[in-house]
Amino acid sequence: MDLGVRIPRPLGNGPSRFIPEKEILQVSKVDPRAQSIFEDAFAALGRLDNISLVMGFHPQYLESFLRTQHYLLQMDGPLSLHYRHYIGIMAAARHQCSYLVNLHVNDFLQVGGDPKWLNGLDGAPQKLQALGELNKILAHRPWLLTKAHIEHLLKAEEHSWSLAELIHAVVLLTHYHSLASFTFGCGITPEIHSDGGHTFRPLSLSQYCVCDIANGNGNGNDLEERRSSHQVSGEVEVLMERMKQLQECRDEEEASQEEMATRFEREKTESMLVATAEDEECVQSRDVSRHFEDPSYGYKDFSRRGEHVPTFRVQDYSWEDHGYSLVNRLYPDVGQLLDEKFQMAYNLTYNTMAMHKDVDTTMLRRAIWNYIHCMFGIRYDDYDYGEINQLLDRSFKVYIKTMVCSPEKTTKRMYESFWRQFQHSEKVHVNLLLMEARMQAELLYALRAITCYMT
Amino acid sequence: MEKMSRVTTALGSSTISGRTMFCHLDAPANAISVCRDATQVVVAGRNIFKIYGLEEEQFVEKLNLRVGRKPSLNFSCADVMWHQMEENLLATAATNGAVVTWNLGKPSRNKQDQLFTEHKRTVNKVCFHPTEVYMLLSGSQDGYMKCFDLRKKESVSTFSGQSESVRDVQFSMKDYFTFAASFENGNVQLWDIRRPDRYERMFTAHTGPVFCCDWHPDDRGWLATGGRDKMVKVWDMTTNRAKEIYCVQTIASVARVKWRPERKWHLATCSMMVDHNIYVWDIRRPFIPFATFEEHKDVTTGIVWRHQHDPYFLLSGSKDSTLYQHMFKDASRPVDRANPEGLCFGLFGDLAFAAKESLISGDANRKPYPGGDRRYPIFFFKKPDLTEQFAHVSSALSVFESSLESKRMDWFVKTARLYLLSGKPFAELCDHNAKVAKELNRPQVSTTWTMLRIMFSDPANLSTPGPNHIGKLGTLPLMNSFSMKEMGMGTESRLDRSKGESRQDNIHLELGNSLINSNNDENEETEGSEGQAEYMFGDAELDDDDLYSMDMFFSLVFSAEEQEYTLPQEAFPLRHEIMDNPLAPEHLQQDKADSPQASGNEAEVMCLTPIESFSLISISQPLFSPHLPAPFFCPVVREMLSHYAEQGDVQMAVSVLIVLGDRIRKEIDDLTQEHWYMSYIDLLQRFELWNVSNEVIKLSTCSAITCLNQTSTTLHVNCSNCKRPMSNRGWICDRCHQCASVCAVCHHVVKGLFVWCQGCSHGGHLEHVKNWLKSSSHCPAGCGHLCEYT
Repeated sequence: MDLGVRIPRPLGNGPSRFIPEKEILQVSKVDPRAQSIFEDAFAALGRLDNISLVMGFHPQYLESFLRTQHYLLQMDGPLSLHYRHYIGIMAAARHQCSYLVNLHVNDFLQVGGDPKWLNGLDGAPQKLQALGELNKILAHRPWLLTKAHIEHLLKAEEHSWSLAELIHAVVLLTHYHSLASFTFGCGITPEIHSDGGHTFRPLSLSQYCVCDIANGNGNGNDLEERRSSHQVSGEVEVLMERMKQLQECRDEEEASQEEMATRFEREKTESMLVATAEDEECVQSRDVSRHFEDPSYGYKDFSRRGEHVPTFRVQDYSWEDHGYSLVNRLYPDVGQLLDEKFQMAYNLTYNTMAMHKDVDTTMLRRAIWNYIHCMFGIRYDDYDYGEINQLLDRSFKVYIKTMVCSPEKTTKRMYESFWRQFQHSEKVHVNLLLMEARMQAELLYALRAITCYMT
Repeated sequence: MEKMSRVTTALGSSTISGRTMFCHLDAPANAISVCRDATQVVVAGRNIFKIYGLEEEQFVEKLNLRVGRKPSLNFSCADVMWHQMEENLLATAATNGAVVTWNLGKPSRNKQDQLFTEHKRTVNKVCFHPTEVYMLLSGSQDGYMKCFDLRKKESVSTFSGQSESVRDVQFSMKDYFTFAASFENGNVQLWDIRRPDRYERMFTAHTGPVFCCDWHPDDRGWLATGGRDKMVKVWDMTTNRAKEIYCVQTIASVARVKWRPERKWHLATCSMMVDHNIYVWDIRRPFIPFATFEEHKDVTTGIVWRHQHDPYFLLSGSKDSTLYQHMFKDASRPVDRANPEGLCFGLFGDLAFAAKESLISGDANRKPYPGGDRRYPIFFFKKPDLTEQFAHVSSALSVFESSLESKRMDWFVKTARLYLLSGKPFAELCDHNAKVAKELNRPQVSTTWTMLRIMFSDPANLSTPGPNHIGKLGTLPLMNSFSMKEMGMGTESRLDRSKGESRQDNIHLELGNSLINSNNDENEETEGSEGQAEYMFGDAELDDDDLYSMDMFFSLVFSAEEQEYTLPQEAFPLRHEIMDNPLAPEHLQQDKADSPQASGNEAEVMCLTPIESFSLISISQPLFSPHLPAPFFCPVVREMLSHYAEQGDVQMAVSVLIVLGDRIRKEIDDLTQEHWYMSYIDLLQRFELWNVSNEVIKLSTCSAITCLNQTSTTLHVNCSNCKRPMSNRGWICDRCHQCASVCAVCHHVVKGLFVWCQGCSHGGHLEHVKNWLKSSSHCPAGCGHLCEYT
């Protein structure tokens, strides 16, 4: 500083605003597997982004995630490299996720993308502009996607897409929509080198305080947290008790078919009533909004009175049977990679819940997964949606809904208010589930529309 | 036929008849099943559950089982099966996890008989025991299979696959107690119905889910499985380990597979996605379907042979809400449309040609190819059972060897070996390559090289001139005149050069100079200069063995036109050319001496012809301007390269590309370049010219090509402690965390080049070992081995 060189200083504390830095860094020290994955990721990309660091809580998943992402962005595919990053930017911008946008703006320029495109979608080729509509619908109301949208993109004209390109684009879009959810859900902070990740202002006492208070890492907060966690102790036990009950009473009390159907409807409507928390002003360092059009278009609840969209039945179009085959046919190997990732996320468990060991969490995971799909109007015939009400309390539902539907509104308070006794790694686990479930839901709608187009 | 009439039941018809027909359903079908006497079919789906009668000309709706104002999910069927013994009994698998049986004999509208809600997830499959009336098996998404006794209210036994979802369950036709189950994780398990505790046998059949399986109706040990990996496999289960005996690769994931009755080798498949056709395969001919039914407009979800002993009727239900009866005789036969002829070129110009024997049997001269002579009847159409046979296309294979003298690719190999692509000055490379081409009797190529040299030689070190060359090569004059015409605008400069260079005596320099100037002055003044230039040059060629007389001729011309030498200012470019003239004689000498270095010659030349060069330079340098710079020729050269490449001589294109390097590279788009490189490298590798191909790769400037050299260049070594491969770094083992390669001399870890003795496997730093073995012949590790460093 004496030489007049401005030295950047990180603004945030660690990779996440929600999770103490200490805990994240602990992971790689303890787990040799995470360590080696980090090394490989660093070797491949020349950086280790904060998303990977946070996902490092679950190295098995991280491995699968990075492999997929690497394949989507770097390996053989129908789309050229700068297109891929630009689509990433478009998708992330839809959720105003400046973190991902910045990350990919850099990558985009690095692979030789035209900086003019970054001025907004108007500056991009017409081909990409055409994708804007799909991006919008997919991000917020995927159930409105129809054959006509696909037809519009594929019709043989100068700026048309090929099927393989479209699949690649769809996978990228859904990947980045859901990754934006994760980014907000875990409060990922920008890296020091990217916009908004650093400041040149010298360290001042007042700023330090502001920063820490905002992040809730101050000592005072800690105390309060501990107190409040004391209050709600027993939350975990209650949840476990309920799970056990459900497991047992299942055989005895059989709900009638009609009731099952109404339960789905009820869950669907209720999910609408779960208010997605109050707005919080987000500081945008880059004008993200220029990457997409029609900013007013947002998530609207699936089950709104007046318009009727038929329920999507998983038994009629499932990822395993149909989606996989279609993706793998048009974009080889990606189906396999996604399949592994979905399974990894769905089946990941350490058989622990907070401080309890040897717990079968299948039921809980399934409830979370199906609840998200329920919000997108996807129904499992063989699931009793009453279970969701039993297992997911209101604050958790608020968090899920916010994260999945309008992730940019996620706040630290929401993150803290659900499952207070659970560990951060478990909350990250939940985030992974949400992210993958969301991605699958979007993919299912998109792929179904494409299948419709093809037949 | 006897068999058929024996099994037909009291319903009357002794033989099945009908035609290809279809009917619209109200909703997509998920599965279909027929009753034993083949007169009725049940169609089940999410929103449909109906029984249709199969009549001669049409389907007739017999019964709608979906009753009630708001039907429950129990009616949403994933699978349906009609009992093969008891004609009133049906079972369905519901998407909500219920297994339902239906009794058609019930008097009420609702035929639902029993309801089992033991599965927690969707039930994918139900299956009645083929001979036991009350035994029903189900397989579900929750990973369990349950066996129900229909006389009881609940399952009698539960089988846990200990893995993911069950996709299909099938009772064995012959083994009373055995059933097979296929799983989403790719496994197939065999169970004994009496032993619910563990499976008898398990094997991995597919990568990804196994959607279906079917026991062969006659052959006890055969099980066909179909999976998401687009394969149909036939397993022989009689041996200890399940053995894959046939494999058919389809184009989409296989949703259903059904053996064709009365045909040992045939099976029918339909796919789950994308492909709507139904295929009947002869498993011995896995590359082309035996028959195809192409009626459906959306994916086919259920197929069933109408009668278990009749191979001619196939029923199918589809997502497009139709139910079809396909007649085998109406099926399309892909083999009829397949092209039975094949043609292939060998590396050295041989030609192999396979065609139907009938087509070439008339050719008496044909020598039967050893081992390939099969005598199948060609006129299989006359056989009675024509539709049931794969067309025996017996092909005859003829190989035409190219005659020895015209081993046409010899030149390619020789040229590839002899061409020089780098390592020498540009002009010499061109000369060398021209010579090579000439020796191989390829005058045009040779000339091209010569021309290239002339065109692109940097004027500052212009090299061997035309006439001199002509004198040496003899055949060249013709080419030169040809090239001149081709060059059009380029004539003047070359003309100048050749003239200047043709002067072997410096005495004539002044003459030559003025001649050139005058000549070119005239060029600039009068448009018709080209003709004259040609004329003059042509003369020069004619005189190639008498250069002196040619000079004389020039001087004559000069003297005749001397008076016109008036406008020196306009001749700037030509002056520039003049400046180079001194080099010409030098180059002649150089050629004689075969000196490889051109760069040094320039100075030499200066010394040799000090007077002229000085004077000329002093005049021309201030007037210097690039005259007909190399880029001028680029379009022509580019066309030339494309011409060669299109003619099939990609070798020439690439060689020129490499030799010219930066001079031409910008002119040709990267993709074309890459394409040429790839083609040439491919050819070289086919001829096993590895060194040349590697050189080409190395010299290429396309990033896509140069990186070819860097693929699969990693060699993983094994750790010297735990003997396992070290994947990450070469010097430390991930597993035992020991430094694997320690130098035997200095006992430090070797992180760079490691050399080791193949005899005793000790080694170390390259330098250390080298030094050690200078002084001692024994292994530095002290093992007593006499190591040798070569």
